[in-house]
Amino acid sequence: MRDARGEVKRPIGLRLWLSGGWLALLVLAALCAPLIAPNDPLMQDLFLGRMPPFWMDGAEPGFWLGTDSLGRDVLSRILYGARLALIVALVAGTLTCLVGATLGLIAGYYRGWPDRIISRFVDIWMAFPPVLFAILLIAVLGPGLMSIIIAIVVIDWTRFARVIRAEAMTQGAMDYVASAQVAGRTRFGTMLTEILPNVLPTIVALLTLEMGVAVIVEAILSFVNLSISTDSPTWGGMIAEGRTSVHQAWWVLVFPLITLFLTVLSFSQLGEGLKDRFDPVLR
Amino acid sequence: MTLLRNILIRLLTTAITLFGVAVIVFVVIRVVPGNPIAMMLPPGATDADIERLQAQYGFDKSIFEQFVIWLGGVMQGDFGTSISLRQPVADLVLGRLPATLELSIFALVIAVLIGGALALLGTLYRDTKGEAAVDVSAGMALSVPDFLWGLVLILLFGVLWPVFHISGRISPSLNIDFTTNFYMFESLIRLRFDVWADLVAHMFMPALALAIPLAAIIAQLLKQSLKETMHLDYVTLARTKGYGENHVITREALPNAILPTLTLVGVQFTFLIGGTVIIERLFSYEGLGNMAIDAVINRDLPLIQGIVILFALLFTLVNLVVDMLYVVLNPKLRHA
Repeated sequence: MRDARGEVKRPIGLRLWLSGGWLALLVLAALCAPLIAPNDPLMQDLFLGRMPPFWMDGAEPGFWLGTDSLGRDVLSRILYGARLALIVALVAGTLTCLVGATLGLIAGYYRGWPDRIISRFVDIWMAFPPVLFAILLIAVLGPGLMSIIIAIVVIDWTRFARVIRAEAMTQGAMDYVASAQVAGRTRFGTMLTEILPNVLPTIVALLTLEMGVAVIVEAILSFVNLSISTDSPTWGGMIAEGRTSVHQAWWVLVFPLITLFLTVLSFSQLGEGLKDRFDPVLR
Repeated sequence: MTLLRNILIRLLTTAITLFGVAVIVFVVIRVVPGNPIAMMLPPGATDADIERLQAQYGFDKSIFEQFVIWLGGVMQGDFGTSISLRQPVADLVLGRLPATLELSIFALVIAVLIGGALALLGTLYRDTKGEAAVDVSAGMALSVPDFLWGLVLILLFGVLWPVFHISGRISPSLNIDFTTNFYMFESLIRLRFDVWADLVAHMFMPALALAIPLAAIIAQLLKQSLKETMHLDYVTLARTKGYGENHVITREALPNAILPTLTLVGVQFTFLIGGTVIIERLFSYEGLGNMAIDAVINRDLPLIQGIVILFALLFTLVNLVVDMLYVVLNPKLRHA
């Protein structure tokens, strides 16, 4: 058994280290952006428009990853964009988790009419195309960081609610819950002290996955130009600009895309890795 | 008897879901500050002009009254008039629906082909490096959403090695006078293979972007149930009869292993249709999703309502069809 366990754990460990490492690097870059960014991310210089990255002919010294059509430094914009991406990941991810997990826990443990109401709402939510729903909400709430966070919570709480509801149902049917009831616990107390700790690993794994989703949603909203004000650098905004000039200046698209890709991949792999690690069957 | 009852309950919940979607959209978009009518009039318009148009679109009534009027119209197939395009919403939406349907179905076909092939290969080479390769690529494909795959495909096959079109649905130079908007279907019927090839060259990139995550899910799940089926007695029996491994997997194991995958593909197909919204935007594809984003940006309330309801209807229909297929394909449920 121990040998098998060792074999299962090793690749998971590598995956966790790589994704955790990238995210740690990103947090550091976001925190130190004003110190390490070579240029002002908003500074425009039309004479420096569409300069290629440093290894190509015609590159401008100091602009390592080239410039966009307005002459703004791609590297500095990626670094500053990381700040917004990580704030959205952290705040929107956590709030979505709180709302969704709470509703899922209540629906799965209490069953009956709370479950019926919550499940009906989940069904209605599943009938919305999520991207369209998010865009609709931003149009209503107006652009801005708060709007993005609210939109993510509103569209994505069902992801937690569905999974946690199913888990809470399974846990609720187990003997230890019945014995807690016999011992005189209230239902609410049982939910917090018996059910919650047992579904917590799933919640943590889902939360990590959700952070990746939040980063993507923010990028998509910036891409359709509905995120925060247009002058703060966002990865999605850079990608939108890069998409239109992809034939003239591929680097404007490539570098923010690689950053976004690795970030989303890392959150997702971290979440999957945590799920496997907490999984009692594998443990 | 129970089957009939189940169908009735199913239809009723579907209706409740659609009604809920309609109410939410209706209320949400009417909380928007800013007057959609004022936006469509030239700056010189008088207050009287604004009021007259507001009355024409019914925006001077309460939300409840507007909803009742709108619902009454919908029952008769009238979804109102688009504010920004000044055409009946039903015509606009139905004109774009074929493009989105063709894209979604094409993507589904690609996903089933790739995912199915990977699952079969993974089963054939199970417990070897081959299976590990399938697992790793499926895991990667699933970790990244369609939006990012679309961008990667644009870079790879639109810029680095430009073999496919990365924007639009069809080349404008092609002269087509088709009667329907199901271009792909109609071009085949009319034997216009030049048009068909052009459509595929446009559609392949967005469809592949949509298909990659779904293909990964199919590969994972189908491989898992295939591997479980391979241990069953009847499969061993087929092997002792002397059938080769390929025959055993595709003819004996596959029909039984396919059922759990089917249900999941149904749910995931609705996610894929939802993904067309941003993918159509990314590839400038003239479909429903692209129109939806423009409608939101233009505050075109009747058009937004129409599109969202149509998407919701599509989602619930897909689920309904999958459930029926499940009953048809599952011998245990057929006689219930």
